[in-house]
Amino acid sequence: MTRLDPTPGQTVGPFFHYALPFVGDSDLVPRGHADSIRLHGLVLDGEGVPIPDALVEIWQAAPDGTVPQAPGSLHRDGWTFTGWGRSATDGSGRYSFTTLTPGATEAGSAPFFAVTILARGLLDRLFTRAYLPEHPAHADDPLLRTVDPDRRPTLIAAADDMGYRFDVHLQGADETVFLTYLGHGAAD
Amino acid sequence: MTDVNPEPLLSSQHEISAEIEAISASYAAVRDHAPESRTRVDYAPYRSSILRHPTKDLHHADPETIERWAPCFGPQDVSPLEADLTIQHSGEPLGERITVSGRVVDGDGRPVRRQLVEVWQANAGGRYIHKRDQHPAPLDPNFTGAGRFLTGDDGSYSFQTIKPGPYPWRNHRNAWRPAHIHFSLFGTDFTQRLITQMYFPGDPLFALDPIFQSITDETARTRLVATYDHELTRPEWSTGYRWDIVLTGSHRTWTEDEDHDA
Repeated sequence: MTRLDPTPGQTVGPFFHYALPFVGDSDLVPRGHADSIRLHGLVLDGEGVPIPDALVEIWQAAPDGTVPQAPGSLHRDGWTFTGWGRSATDGSGRYSFTTLTPGATEAGSAPFFAVTILARGLLDRLFTRAYLPEHPAHADDPLLRTVDPDRRPTLIAAADDMGYRFDVHLQGADETVFLTYLGHGAAD
Repeated sequence: MTDVNPEPLLSSQHEISAEIEAISASYAAVRDHAPESRTRVDYAPYRSSILRHPTKDLHHADPETIERWAPCFGPQDVSPLEADLTIQHSGEPLGERITVSGRVVDGDGRPVRRQLVEVWQANAGGRYIHKRDQHPAPLDPNFTGAGRFLTGDDGSYSFQTIKPGPYPWRNHRNAWRPAHIHFSLFGTDFTQRLITQMYFPGDPLFALDPIFQSITDETARTRLVATYDHELTRPEWSTGYRWDIVLTGSHRTWTEDEDHDA
């Protein structure tokens, strides 16, 4: 089958704040939920300066490893876990989600949050993964084992008091490993 | 009149255009054996990109289960009224009323069904309602400029709005963006997420704009330009533009049922 050429991306620009964020966007579960955790971090530029006009989205499995397919992310009912959320960075460059810890989608696989990064100044969206800290499946993970060991930590969240911290470096010595997938064009 | 640059820290349009032309010429020299179809994230004429683009190659990943699925949206997420940006206030917005319609398909031509599309744009005067937009063009009390809708079973979409104006920005001195509408799209797979901008045919600002020109290949660039479609124009009401969108290929193993076009 002939593949069609994909429509190219463009930057989200500086003026998305009145259009993309919505009430409850970053709370995949209510903050008082017994199993809720926080996934948060900074988005930083090549000089280590936090970016106050970035937008982070996550997409994840439920704690039991199932893939959520329930609608309702834009008007959350407080009971349905949709697995998707969105968080604009604040004035200090921080994004923050209230969510549940993702489970492994297959026996023995390493759980992670699938992450999309958008920002003014970033001409096309970026994909990465935020793996859970210190998981036994990391050693055999098909992605992690192909990443230079020096850069592997950029894909793994750190545990903190409320959950996980995951900073995103768009550039610089600690540049995050960003991903491309088959069918994405030139970088295949 | 001599045009003295009062802001010497900003490049001139002449300097930006020279950079755009140099990149374009170096691409033309290699295009035959290394054609590009995507946006370059490393594109210095767009000054804000300089510290915000990855310098290392993207790492190839085989999508895992979660990445072969996408979030699901339904009627509880989106009201049909949100597809009309001209009825969000008590009065009619100023400007040229338009209909934008098209189809969202994946790289294999399969329709992307019942999936979320978000749009946002400046008003007819080129002003965003965003508090950080300081362009001294008037705000329109009858126009916010944000909408969303779900695609149909055949991947089609349609929304009503007014044609946005070009707007000035501070990438360089006397910088103007071509008129555009921002689009945010989801596919059937997480990996198909697309954020882009739709432009209008024949815009004289195309050659001058470093964001549009960051797609170095002219054929690829043209994919962002809608076409005027008289079939979509409604008598004594609105003019019509068609813009079809192709996401990257899906990694899902499609069942025969799902694979049939509606």
